[in-house]
Amino acid sequence: MENVIEMNHITKIFGNFKANDDITLQVRKGEIHALLGENGAGKSTLMSVLFGLYQPEKGEIKINGKPVKINNPNDANNLGIGMVHQHFKLVHNFTVLESIVLGRETTKNGLLKMDAAREKILELSERYKFKIDPDAYISDITVGMQQRVEILKMLYCDNDILIFDEPTAVLTPQEIDELLKVMKQLVSEGKSIIFISHKLNEIKAVADRCSVLRKGKYIGTVDVATTSKEEMSEMMVGRKVNLSVDKKAMNPGEPVLEVQDLCIKSKHTHKHIVKNVSLQVRAGEIVSIAGIDGNGQSELVYGITGLMPLDGGSVKLKGKDVTNETIRNKCLDGLAHIPEDRQKYGLVLDYTLKENLVLQSYFTPKFQKKGFLKFGDISQYAKYLIEKFDIRCGQGEDSIVRGMSGGNQQKAIIARELDRDPNLIIAVQPVRGLDVGAIEYVHKQLVEQRDQGKGVLLVSFELDEVMTLSDRILVMYEGEIVADVRPEEVTVQELGLYMAGTKRGVISAS
Amino acid sequence: MLAKKKSKGENKAILNFSASVLAIIAGLLFGLLILLFSNPSQAFPGFLMILQGSFTDGAFGIGQMFYVATPIIMTGLSVGFAFKTGLFNIGASGQFTMGAFVAVYIGVKWTWLPDQIHWVVAILGAAIAGALWGFVPGILKAIANVNEVISSIMMNYIGMYLVNILIVKHVYDQVKNQSKPVAPTANLPKAGLDQFLGPNMTIGIFIAILFVVIIYILIDKTVFGYELKACGYNPFASKYAGINSKRNIVLSMVIAGALSGIGGALLYLAGSGKYIQVLDVIAPEGFKGIFVALLGLSNPIGVLFAGLFIAHITVGGYNLQLYSFVPEVIDIIISAIVYFGAFALLFKAIIRKLMTNSKKEGEQI
Repeated sequence: MENVIEMNHITKIFGNFKANDDITLQVRKGEIHALLGENGAGKSTLMSVLFGLYQPEKGEIKINGKPVKINNPNDANNLGIGMVHQHFKLVHNFTVLESIVLGRETTKNGLLKMDAAREKILELSERYKFKIDPDAYISDITVGMQQRVEILKMLYCDNDILIFDEPTAVLTPQEIDELLKVMKQLVSEGKSIIFISHKLNEIKAVADRCSVLRKGKYIGTVDVATTSKEEMSEMMVGRKVNLSVDKKAMNPGEPVLEVQDLCIKSKHTHKHIVKNVSLQVRAGEIVSIAGIDGNGQSELVYGITGLMPLDGGSVKLKGKDVTNETIRNKCLDGLAHIPEDRQKYGLVLDYTLKENLVLQSYFTPKFQKKGFLKFGDISQYAKYLIEKFDIRCGQGEDSIVRGMSGGNQQKAIIARELDRDPNLIIAVQPVRGLDVGAIEYVHKQLVEQRDQGKGVLLVSFELDEVMTLSDRILVMYEGEIVADVRPEEVTVQELGLYMAGTKRGVISAS
Repeated sequence: MLAKKKSKGENKAILNFSASVLAIIAGLLFGLLILLFSNPSQAFPGFLMILQGSFTDGAFGIGQMFYVATPIIMTGLSVGFAFKTGLFNIGASGQFTMGAFVAVYIGVKWTWLPDQIHWVVAILGAAIAGALWGFVPGILKAIANVNEVISSIMMNYIGMYLVNILIVKHVYDQVKNQSKPVAPTANLPKAGLDQFLGPNMTIGIFIAILFVVIIYILIDKTVFGYELKACGYNPFASKYAGINSKRNIVLSMVIAGALSGIGGALLYLAGSGKYIQVLDVIAPEGFKGIFVALLGLSNPIGVLFAGLFIAHITVGGYNLQLYSFVPEVIDIIISAIVYFGAFALLFKAIIRKLMTNSKKEGEQI
């Protein structure tokens, strides 16, 4: 079978860092070729090279057997390469039609002529059962629909080589199933797909072959049908991994967090993004909030922690009403927050590691005396945390946090928040962007905190994470809690229905 | 391990320093071009004059340099300090003018004060006036999120016109259209320094250095400085950490304003025969402060040296007139230096490349 893409011996160096080290990727015509690797393994770099965003230091690219030089995304497009980015590149106040033709508008006498484009888009949408409305605004359609717009964009340009960069991260299980079906239909029509993912289930379900990268190096290409998930994950991580979490039976105590009828208004639209949410987290319990990104989870957490003003409702920590308390006082009352956006909220990136590790405690007598910081004590404490939480950094406690890897930045936040001995830990997407080893570690820490009798409120978009860690699962849809279930009593499919808003459960008071 | 750590930190300091030096060299060369353009035959002697700066006139020149440097170190400190906390204090001019006026007013009118503390009270009054002029943009930003750049530009104009009115009303010298001379007791002590460093030499420069040290300690060693810098680097994370950013914005502008105000006092209490002119011109010392802060990378110690350097070539600029150049050439050079300073990142990248290359070569040998 002929190869549509051959990337031979690609090496891409950034400074002293080899992002791609002699990588070879060969994609056959009409196959779905999965590209598997952890974050930072070099998948995105490799695809950026293919898409013309970076020039490799070494190596050659052949498309349909002919050596080519791809200098920019336009070259890639002309060669029939299209990409659905992980973060969609759409204009929010454009209609679907406008977004798709953007960059290749057909004009007559300088005026837009959209009729032909509209017809072609409707025809494509029909063929793949996309049910898309060409006149809807991007800002009004769901994330799943936006992704279809991105796919239509590639098809509209008659691309034959399609790259999907982590396409399932933002979808519900049902939407994922549909996407995988579309991908299969596309290859059956002779197109070739590169499917970037770290979710083995999906690769198993849809891909023909799978190339694995690890730390910038090419590990190998395997036939998906004859390779087990365990073998693939071992190739990806380089050792055996145990993704199941050992958990003791739950032993819940008094409620540590009680939220009653919480309402939050959006800053921009003044609509309620959190509507009358009530929930409770008890000591020794992990409560997860599942849902698709953008259904009010982030705002709910900002409301509880005090980063966003409330429009009604109350928050109690260990029985004490803290609704109108300052963020500082909530923190002193034992609230720990591992924020969703660690670089925006969790860290002062231009501060050193030790300065960041005392961000919540620099004002205590332990670290200051008469307004002067006790740098000696701060360094000592930082060393202790670095040791205890295994934070790896170039220059110890004096490393500038900006230069640390994402995983170690996250470890720093976790170290700071957990070592304060809080009563309640609110963790939002705590493992986003981390590699498998770090994920194991963070999960272990959260379960440990629970076993020590602390309450954990976990917000996650990853259903696997929700299912393995939680003692109780709440599902949020459009600002409301639509389900309160136990992981043993529910399937991923059922959760998907709740997340999509097609099913509603009975919400008990606690 | 320790040695390695140190060398890394030193590297960074060297990098920052050499980027500034490169900006200065580029700016000076640009100045040479201008000299060549306007009068080719005298260009090189004139250029030498700039480089020699204050040293041309021996010890008196150095005294003059200190005199010129004192106010711009203070405004530079003001801008740099605010910048460290994430605020752009473009209102240093207004704060400077207010400080200058109050110092002069106290110097002229409050002669009932004991001689020994007359000048101290004048400086304190200037600090309070400057602080007030910083407080207004600060509180507007904290309460209503008014951009401090816009409000402090407005405060510059309000300050300038208000001071013009107040001078005419209270301390006016009609003949020369300027403020009246202050009482001798309000002038800064000279502590005998004027004997060998020239008539304009006072203890002003030491007061400025004292504030450099105070601000350095405040920023780098105290809880307050830690909070201020955190707000400057990342306001979101500061909010997350429960830091009261509104209070810090106000305090930071108040301190910045006070520093500029003191700068005004130090200039007009130097007994150099300089008076506040009743003109519709915004005090240039404030804008020079922005240059100084940029060149000194907002670091208090950097500000001190940047202020001295700019004073050095400014004094050189006066001597340029010997070669029939206008001293304003110096302003062009200073602007060019600041302009090239904006390429600091580019310079840093070049230097880093040079450093790694030379290291590689060293390894090969």
